[in-house]
Amino acid sequence: MRNLYSRAVKFAAMTMTDIARESGHRAGFCDCEYKILGEYIMSELFKVSSNPHIRSRATTNGLMLAVIIALMPAAGFGIYNFGPRAIAVILVTIISTVLTEFLFGLYKCGKNRPQEKETRSGEKSVSGMEQVSLVKTIFEKTTITDLSAVVTGLLLALNLPVTMPLWMAALGGVFAILVVKMLFGGLGQNFMNPALAARCFLLLSFPTAMTAFDCDIYTGATPLAALKAGEQVDTLNMFIGRTAGTIGETSVIALLIGACFLILMGVIDFRIPGSYIGTFILFVIIFGGHGFDPVYLAAQISGGGLMLGAFFMATDYVTRPITIKGQYVFGIFLGLMTGIFRIFGPGAEGVSYAIILGNLLVPLIEKFTKPTAFGYRKGGKHGEK
Amino acid sequence: MNKAGERLYNGLVKENPTFVLMLGMCPTLAVTTSAMNGLGMGLTTMVVLALSNLIISLLRNMIPNRVRIPAFIVIIASFVTAVQLLLEAYIPSLNKSLGVYIPLIVVNCIILGRAESYAYSNPPVPSLFDGIGMGLGFTFALTCIGAVRELIGAGELFGFALMPDSFEPVRIFGQAPGAFFVLAALVALQNYIKNVRKKKGKSYEKIGSGCTEDCVNCGDVSCKKRFYDADAVDKGGQAIKSPSEKKSGKGGQATESSPEKKSGKVNQEQESAAEERGEKSAADNMQEQDRKGSMKNESPREAGHVAEKTQATEKEER
Repeated sequence: MRNLYSRAVKFAAMTMTDIARESGHRAGFCDCEYKILGEYIMSELFKVSSNPHIRSRATTNGLMLAVIIALMPAAGFGIYNFGPRAIAVILVTIISTVLTEFLFGLYKCGKNRPQEKETRSGEKSVSGMEQVSLVKTIFEKTTITDLSAVVTGLLLALNLPVTMPLWMAALGGVFAILVVKMLFGGLGQNFMNPALAARCFLLLSFPTAMTAFDCDIYTGATPLAALKAGEQVDTLNMFIGRTAGTIGETSVIALLIGACFLILMGVIDFRIPGSYIGTFILFVIIFGGHGFDPVYLAAQISGGGLMLGAFFMATDYVTRPITIKGQYVFGIFLGLMTGIFRIFGPGAEGVSYAIILGNLLVPLIEKFTKPTAFGYRKGGKHGEK
Repeated sequence: MNKAGERLYNGLVKENPTFVLMLGMCPTLAVTTSAMNGLGMGLTTMVVLALSNLIISLLRNMIPNRVRIPAFIVIIASFVTAVQLLLEAYIPSLNKSLGVYIPLIVVNCIILGRAESYAYSNPPVPSLFDGIGMGLGFTFALTCIGAVRELIGAGELFGFALMPDSFEPVRIFGQAPGAFFVLAALVALQNYIKNVRKKKGKSYEKIGSGCTEDCVNCGDVSCKKRFYDADAVDKGGQAIKSPSEKKSGKGGQATESSPEKKSGKVNQEQESAAEERGEKSAADNMQEQDRKGSMKNESPREAGHVAEKTQATEKEER
């Protein structure tokens, strides 16, 4: 942009000197000349490119890095809470997602590559320069450098119990990237959150392994299941995170630190998490059977994956509605569904199903909350003035 | 007899009802939890398909065109009832596992589709073999899907445990999502194989039923399946032509054809209306650009729509 601008100014100045020479002026610009100069600059600027002209400095890479940093407290607490095996689960999932994305990109790259030139003797010759450019194109074509696969892997790992067999975790990573993301066209085209889709895939495939929360430190049911069974739970421990559960979901404090970081960085806003958690609280008050009981409410909010889902999964840029009104609708829908799954459903947890169900409804929500374009009649049909 | 072989090959490979035509998805997704179920469902459908094709082909000159669908349904339903009674008597276990999907064969779109597109307009023997070929293709597809799902979802094949004990079955393949995964993967696989073999010079062009399904460019005026009259075809032809004009970029300049004239007129009207309202735009060349742009972008139908609207608004103003 700046480059184009300076080029335009240079061009205008050159033309100005021509004009000045012709009209006999040697020094100093009069008003009309400034006007001409301005018109030249503007006419050049108008030809810069098609819209959008105002661009944000945010890049996919930067956003993903911010999410990874924001997830670090939760991951760190998970490792501290559940021991070194949590590191293994996290590493295996991240490696499997990144590797899958890399291999898929490599496959596509190989398919689209122009056919190698053959020398006269029929041998394929690849010179050093070509090899370097090949490696370069591979890294340009494969999308691993945008870090989205790392985020998917990390989120998936935080959604798995620490006792998960490692090959199952790796299978989940492959499923998330290959089936949910890459087969639908890569980042930006996936129709539901890959990490959550993989979690549900694993939950349906290996129900026993996915709900085995017994580990060396904690035995017995998760606090949410205990709550559902009508037992007393320690809300303070749930808030700090010293309970059984998946690796990343237990500590509300760690998750809130990450969420604050994301909000301060401007990566996410309060619309979806706020409406989601608010609707859920209302639902629990009305249908929970305990009325306005602060202890029960606090346990419901800090139990399970609600915090992780509301701040890190539901706000996923690809699978949330882009309209502001739609984001509120989306949050309210998620809150309702989570409440229904948790209170009326057979299981204790319902965040992941609620979110992927909401993801599927996003196109519909966007269709009904599309803002009226400037110059168009409100409520009019598409294209009607 | 050559014709019969061709029909069998057509049903199994070229026009496989599941993998190519994508028909009969309901039983395909619902009953293929195991290879045995898939095989049973496929064979049951094949028997009904072959016999109903034969009977419909024999009766094709007697069935009036207008009531042909009810007539087909009656014929198919009687065969389905007979087959279900036989299954109940001799293979009760299969009957139990297939459940409601056996009576639902009556409305299976493969059977109705073959009756409509082949048996109703072809002699009995090819129709019989068309039914057998299509049925075999369906059976093959269902058995494949069922086998993959059973193998991954339960570690068994036709009820025999194949996988080692350490194998952890991926339960999702036994449930509804697994059916979609396996179907998609198998369709992709057969497309891949066909693409590879096409490169080697093998032809997989659809034989069809003598019908290219391209009614717009079809010269057969006496065709029974033609679903619109000659005027509609002309309109369709125009509608198909206009995007190509758009692509070539001549849409804006060519003022000979009627739709373009119309849209030009419309824009003039719009402009005059806008001027009347006192909404003069800043520069004339902008208006010109606007006109060009709208002429390129608006398809004839939309233009007509807008023309009606502007006329209506003008009337209101008067």
